[in-house]
Order: sequence, then C-alpha cells, then structure tokens
Amino acid sequence: MTTTADLGKHPADTTTPVLRARGLVKTFGRVVGLDGVDLDLYPGEVLAVIGDNGAGKSTLIKCLSGALVPDSGTLELEGRAVSFKRPQDARDAGIETVYQTLAVIPALDIASNLYLAREERRTGPLGSVLRMLDKKGMRDRAGSAMQDLGIQTVQNMQQAVETLSGGQRQAVAVARAAAFGSKVVILDEPTAALGVKESNQVLALIESLREKGLPVILISHNMPHVWQVADRIHIQRLAGRAGVITPQSHTMNDGVAIMTGAMTLEESEHGVHLTDKGEVTT
Amino acid sequence: MYSPFTSPSARKRVAALGATAVVLSVGLAACGSSDSGSTGSDSVGVALITKDSTNPFFVAMQEGAKADASKNNVDLTIAAGAKDGDEDGQIKAIEDAVARGDKGILITPNGPGVNPAIKQARDAGLYVIALDTPPDPPDTVDITFATDNFLAGQLIGEWTKAQLGGEPATIALLDLFNDKIVSVDYNRDQGFLTGMGIDTGDPQVNGDEAPSGSYDGGDYSIVCNEPTDGAEDGGRTGMENCLTKNDNINVVYTINEPSAVGAYNALKAAGKESGVLIVSVDGGCAGVQSVADGVIGATSQQYPLKMATLGMEAIAKIARGGDKPASSDGLDFFNTGVALVTDKPADGVESIDTTKGGELCWGTK
Amino acid sequence: MTTAPAAAPVARRRQTPLQRVQNVLHSRPAISPAVLLILTLVVFSLINPRFMSAPSMSTLVQQTVVVACLAVGQTLIILTAGIDLSVGAVAIMAMMFSASLASNHGVPALLALLIGLLVGTAAGAVNGLLVTRVNLPPFIVTLGTLSIFTAITLLYTKGQSVQGGNLPALLNWTGHSFSIGSFRITTGVFVVAAVYLAVGFALSQTAWGRHVYAVGDDPESARLSGIASKRVLLSVYVVAGLIYGIAAWVLIGRSGAASPNAIANANLESITAVVIGGTSLFGGRGGVLGTLLGALIVQSFSIGLSIAGVDQQYRLLAVGVLVIVAVSVDQWIRSVKA
Repeated sequence: MTTTADLGKHPADTTTPVLRARGLVKTFGRVVGLDGVDLDLYPGEVLAVIGDNGAGKSTLIKCLSGALVPDSGTLELEGRAVSFKRPQDARDAGIETVYQTLAVIPALDIASNLYLAREERRTGPLGSVLRMLDKKGMRDRAGSAMQDLGIQTVQNMQQAVETLSGGQRQAVAVARAAAFGSKVVILDEPTAALGVKESNQVLALIESLREKGLPVILISHNMPHVWQVADRIHIQRLAGRAGVITPQSHTMNDGVAIMTGAMTLEESEHGVHLTDKGEVTT
Repeated sequence: MYSPFTSPSARKRVAALGATAVVLSVGLAACGSSDSGSTGSDSVGVALITKDSTNPFFVAMQEGAKADASKNNVDLTIAAGAKDGDEDGQIKAIEDAVARGDKGILITPNGPGVNPAIKQARDAGLYVIALDTPPDPPDTVDITFATDNFLAGQLIGEWTKAQLGGEPATIALLDLFNDKIVSVDYNRDQGFLTGMGIDTGDPQVNGDEAPSGSYDGGDYSIVCNEPTDGAEDGGRTGMENCLTKNDNINVVYTINEPSAVGAYNALKAAGKESGVLIVSVDGGCAGVQSVADGVIGATSQQYPLKMATLGMEAIAKIARGGDKPASSDGLDFFNTGVALVTDKPADGVESIDTTKGGELCWGTK
Repeated sequence: MTTAPAAAPVARRRQTPLQRVQNVLHSRPAISPAVLLILTLVVFSLINPRFMSAPSMSTLVQQTVVVACLAVGQTLIILTAGIDLSVGAVAIMAMMFSASLASNHGVPALLALLIGLLVGTAAGAVNGLLVTRVNLPPFIVTLGTLSIFTAITLLYTKGQSVQGGNLPALLNWTGHSFSIGSFRITTGVFVVAAVYLAVGFALSQTAWGRHVYAVGDDPESARLSGIASKRVLLSVYVVAGLIYGIAAWVLIGRSGAASPNAIANANLESITAVVIGGTSLFGGRGGVLGTLLGALIVQSFSIGLSIAGVDQQYRLLAVGVLVIVAVSVDQWIRSVKA
C-alpha cells in the first residue's frame, strides 16, 4: 500500500525538482489566497493542480509565473533560488504560462501575439538603428512553430486573433507557451472553453510537450482530462495543499473527495474509498 | 482603460493627492485673487470680474484697475471666468463679492446666464456696472460703461469709404465667432457696413446683407463672412478662405488687430497685400504698432483702462454718498470713448495719428 | 462554436458583398476615411470648381498642418484607450516659453526652440506620470492639467502675444513658404510630414509600436505577456508632449505671431481628426494615416462650405454631423463577425 511519504516522491526520488516552491503565502487584504503552499515539479512530468473554486489554484500559478509576487515563501528553479517581480522575469527564466484569460491581444495578428514582448528585429542597420521588426521572418517562424506542434486549425499567421474561435485562440496561446517555454509550461484551465475535439488536440499537445522533456503544470477542473494526462496530481484546498496523488493510486472520486474535504489524504491511504455512489467503503 | 481605486494603496494615494490639491487651491485662492489698494476702515470694496484673464484687453483692464485702486481708497478684488463664455465662474465671483460685503461690482458679462446672480447682488445693495459689453437686457445692471462698438465700426467704415473714393469695394468680413452670437461681433461688423453706407438688414445679425450693391460712392460686393476667434491663426485661415472665393479683395474688415495681422499674412503669402485696406478695432499697443507698420490701415481705439477706473470711481463715489452716473446722450450706456487711429487721415473723419495712439494705447507698450 | 472538417482550414461561410466590404475595411482601417476624403473633394469640386484649384488645395494643406500635428500626439494617446484634453494648453505653453525667452530675454533662437520642445515634453511627462504612477484616468488628469498649463502660460505671459517681427528667424522658419509648381507649401508642412512618417514608422514597424497597440487593446493581457505596460504608457505621453511642442513651432510660422489665444478649439479639433480617421476611442485600433485623412476631411469641409457660400453656423452643423457619420461607419466596420 502506498503511503504519504511515497506519494510525494517521484520514482527516482533523488532527482532534483525542476520547480520547488515552499511556504508560499499571498493575501489580498483580509482574504488569504495562499497559506503556506508547497509545490514540486519533476522533470518530464505533467503535474495537474486541482481544487475547488477559491482554493487558490490561479493564485498559486500566478506566483510561479511572476504575475503575482508572493508575500513570503521561496521558489527554486532547477535548484537555484529565484524571485519573479513581474511576468517578464519568469519568461526570461524559461517559464511560460497560458492564463485562463489567454492573455492574447485581439487586435493583433497571430504572429504578433506569438512574439509579443520578444519581437525579433531585422539584421543590419535597419534592425539595430531603426529598430525595424522582421515581420516576415516572425510570420514564417510562427507558422512552422504551429505546424511543429501539430496545430492544424489555424493557417494564416496574419489573421487577427479576434477573428478566431475560442478553440483557435486557445491553440495560439498554448503554441506560444510551448514554442518559447524552455523549462516549464503552465496551463490554467486550457480545455475549459473547448469542445471534445479541440480538447483532445490540447491534451495531445500536452503529451507532445512531455515527450520533448518539458514539464507541464496543468490546472483543470475536468477530472477525466486530468486522469487521462497527468503523472501526479497536486490537490489544492482552502489556500493550502491537501495532498499529492497519482491517477494510479486514487480514483477520480477519491480525488474529488479530498478536494472538497469529504475525505482526507490519510483516510484515503488507510483504505477508505468512495464508491461511484459516494458511499464510504474500505 | 486603467481603472482607478482598485487597491487600498491606490485609494490612499488618490486621497493624499486630493487633500494636497484642496489645500493648495485654498491657499492659492486666498493669496492669489485679492489685490487691495488699501484696507482702511473707510475703504470701499469693489470686485472687478472680467470674461477671462488671457485676453490682453481684460488683462489691461485688470492692471489699470489695480493701479488706480489706491487713489480712490478702493479695496479691489479681481476675478474672471476660466475662459470667454464661462458664466459659472463669474456667477461664483459675484456671489463671493456679495459675501465679502463689497459695495459694487464691475463686470464684463460672459453671457445672460450671469443675470440672476447680478440681480441678487443688486438686491443685496451692491451697485453693478457692466464694462465693455452691455448685458442682455441692458437694464440687468445699474449702468454700462462701454465702448460704443457700433460707432467704432462706423468710424473705420467711414474711413474706408473715404479712402476708396468711389472705387468698387470687394469686401471680406472677418468676424469673431461662428458658435456664439455676441454683441461686440455684430456691432462692429454692422457698424462698419453702416459707415460704408451699406444696408445691413437686421443690425444684430451678421451676414444678412445683400452680397452686392452700392455703398456711399460706388459699388460693393461682399465676398465672405468668416469666424476668426479673434486670434492670428483664425484671421489667417479666415482670410485664406475668403481668397479662395475671390482673390481680388481690396477691403478687409477685421474684428480685432490680432486677426488683422493674420489676415495680412494670408494676403502677403498669396502676394495680394498691396492696395488692400485692412481695418480693425481695439487700439491695443501692438495694434497701434501694426498701423504704424502699415499692416493695418486704420483702427478704432477703445479705452478699457478708462472703463475700469471710471467704474471704480463711480462706485466709490456712490458708496460715499455721491450721485449715480448717467448714460450718455442717445445711448443706453455711458460711452467711454473711441478714437480712430491712422497715419492716413481721411476727409470728414476725425482721427489721431499713431504717435498719439501709442501714448493712449492699452497693453504692453 | 464553429467546427472544422478534419484537416481543412476554417470553413468559409458565404459572405454577402456588404460583408466582404466590411471585412476589407476591417483589415485596412484607413480606407474608410480615404474614401470619405475623396468623396468630399469630388462633391465640393462639383459645387464650385474653384475648390479643386492649386491655390485652394495649397490653402487646404496649410490650414490643416497645426491640427494635423497635434492630432498625431492625440492618436498615440487614444490608441492606449486614453484621451488628452490638455493638447492645446501644452502647445501654447511650449510656444509662449520659446517666444518669450527669445524676444524678451534674449535667449539664442535654437536654445529657445529647444526649451520650448523640452517644455512640451515635460508637460507630457507630467500627464504620463499622473496616469501611470497615481493611476488616475487620463480624462481626469488632462482635464486638470489643461487648467494648470493654461494658468502657467497666463502667469508667465500676462496674456501678451509676441509678434513675428520680434521673433528670431528660426522660430518663424516653419512659416516660410515657397512654390512647387503651382502649389504653395510652407516648411511647416514638411516638418509635420516628417512627424507623420516617424510616428507612423514607429507604430507599424517597431516593437514599441506593437506594444502601444497591445496596451491599448488589453492592458492586462499585455502585462501578463511580459510587456512593461506602465513604461509604454508613460512613453506615449512623453512622445505626445514632444509632438505638441513641434506643433507649437509650426503654429508660430502659421500665425506670424506667438499668441496665447491661438488654436482655441485645438482639443476638440484634434480629437475630431483622430475619431474621423477611424482610431477607436477604446484603444488598440487605428493609426496616424487615418488621423491625417481625418484632419484633411474636416478642413475640406470647412473650405468647401465656405466656397459654396454656406453660412458660418451651418459649417458648425456640418462638422458635427460628419463626426457622427464617421464614427457610425467605424462602429459598423468593427462589428465584423469572426
């Protein structure tokens, strides 16, 4: 039987985590968003973060991505201590994030969005003196990046993002993170607004990232998707970490139960399970 | 859009800024606005409220009043609207004068919106004199001390007529506003046309004249009525518009000297400035210099300082038990006088030359 | 939600001709004001052929330069979903400082001009800092600074103008006119053209330009994407201030004097040019080409109606109707469906 001690560790438990957060605290006035949360992300894995509304999932990843600055706590990237004061710092460190709102600019086209805040200039004096952008180059590279990631639904890099459907916009946002992420990719509810076909495309994309060796943190409230694609599952409850489980060690119902507080992690370890009907059995 | 007040620290910042602003403005108001000649127990409180404080005409009025305040033992407070047309600012200044216990108000009204406040001031016992522009209706105030703007226009009209000597007149009329109707605008314009001997239709409406006909001595055609906002750039644009309709204009009436300078520059840029008679009204020192330089042919000079000082004296006199002033004959205001300034005098039209005009002019010499 | 067949690009819905026009206009927003300008020119030439003459067109261009220049700065600010009500006040303040220093205090011409530009830039910085540091809405900030800058100018000049004759040649230089064929142009026109080219280039060809659009369209998304939104916003206000200073220099040439009473309606006129040009008041869409066309359209109306002999008051009416029509067309273009 697996124990808590076992669950927190990767099978090769001497591996350094890619990302390690300890004691993250974030308050907003009187509201406590995070109350001393720990998180570990190991190389090449997909870590899902689940939790009820208001549990602190978005706050947690915003602290990891530089969108928010935690009040206290430490963050280590590949063993080195880091501190992100703004989103650009995290991006510079190789952490790419796709927020729930996607953070794409509707008025600009796909290539511009892909290269936002990391635009490439032309070579020679046109680029260095006049600071002229290499628009064609960026369009071409954007197109190949999308193709490499297997995204078929968007063809024209000069299309304005506002003309795209929800699924297509998601694809652009995920492609941006995937193309530029070098250490970690964080996805906040990437399938929330998508239909079945497009969700599967996003999940396939997540798996191809894992194959490339890029670890992924995935927030989702879609349990089937989580159980389908995650290696480990971080359960966020009431501004704290309620536990870490795997799809193999726990069922979806167990996961939901721990998430909502119907059951604790310890109870789950001592053979307590919830049946499909929600009855407690051992 | 950025939304303010989103976080407690932002709220504090805004509150701090707001408090500072309030303190600053109270402080500035306290030390900025009042300028007293003397504050003896028998000094008389008078408020001078001009249309704005940017127009040199009103600045001259304010300076003249300040200089003479002590001579009459007047405790003078100066106020103005934020800009030409700002009635609310003047209403507030009127109310302040009443609250202060002033004996009288001198005001160049920005519009009929100030009339109720003036009535309240008179009901409270203040003597109210309108300067430069009679209010509408004129009996809103106790009396008006003003330039006869119609006469000012007439003088330059008669001068132009004499200078033309019967030649055909191709006339450009450069007025003040196109988005408001004010008496100075139609009085000067219609006065000019009357001085020329042209039938003006309704004397309170610009632009309703027959486009061609006869003046006293010859034929005329009116090319255009253009608004200038009374500044050089407006004069230039107005004149250019007139020239696009007809580039053989030989008479240009202008509402004031800055717009005349702009008109001259437009003519010069088109190579059409020679032989054109440009006439104007105001008589500020810069304007008199323009006459001396040959840019303006003749200008009617008015006396804003005289308006202010005469007005102040009148109120001081009344407060000390003297007689009230009376309107000039045949007019419903007290005429503070106007004189034609030109270096090319015309028969039958009295005028003074630019040297004399330069001594009497208002504004920086 | 639209669904696409397996490996084909997005399915095309059949579009009506009107929808096709709408889509073209959406992707090239300057076409709409361009068409409107051409229409205006054609209609007024038919009413009176004098309208299309070289002197008349020269006049049109010369009359537009000052507002066109101010409107470039206004375009930048409106692109960030802000608005600048202190436009005229900044320009006048810069102009009067230059003029007064040169004529009353004997400051050398070039230095006086540079100080004027610096005054404009600093004023822009004040606006920008109040917007980005104190987080006040641009409307409120510039409403306040409008009065503050006007007051500063007033206290400094006491309402007095400086005649062109008392100004050094450099300050009057923008009014120097010469002929190209049968057209008369001033150097001021070239100065303003240079401003348009520079800002147009920056907006469309540099990263800064893209960031301006991004911050205007969706400031939070821009921030999350790594753009230093506040710095971009501040830079926009500073650049606008410099542009207002340049416009002040052009104004001296145009007026033949430096007068605090000039360009009384600059604020509204600059906003009108930007709006008619198709830049959205909500930010993120539009550009300087549209603004130039907008400024030309308004001035064409003015000259055209004047030549047609229409009363002054009706011209006012016409500009009002023009703004509403232009913005309605713009709204319709925006409502392109995905």
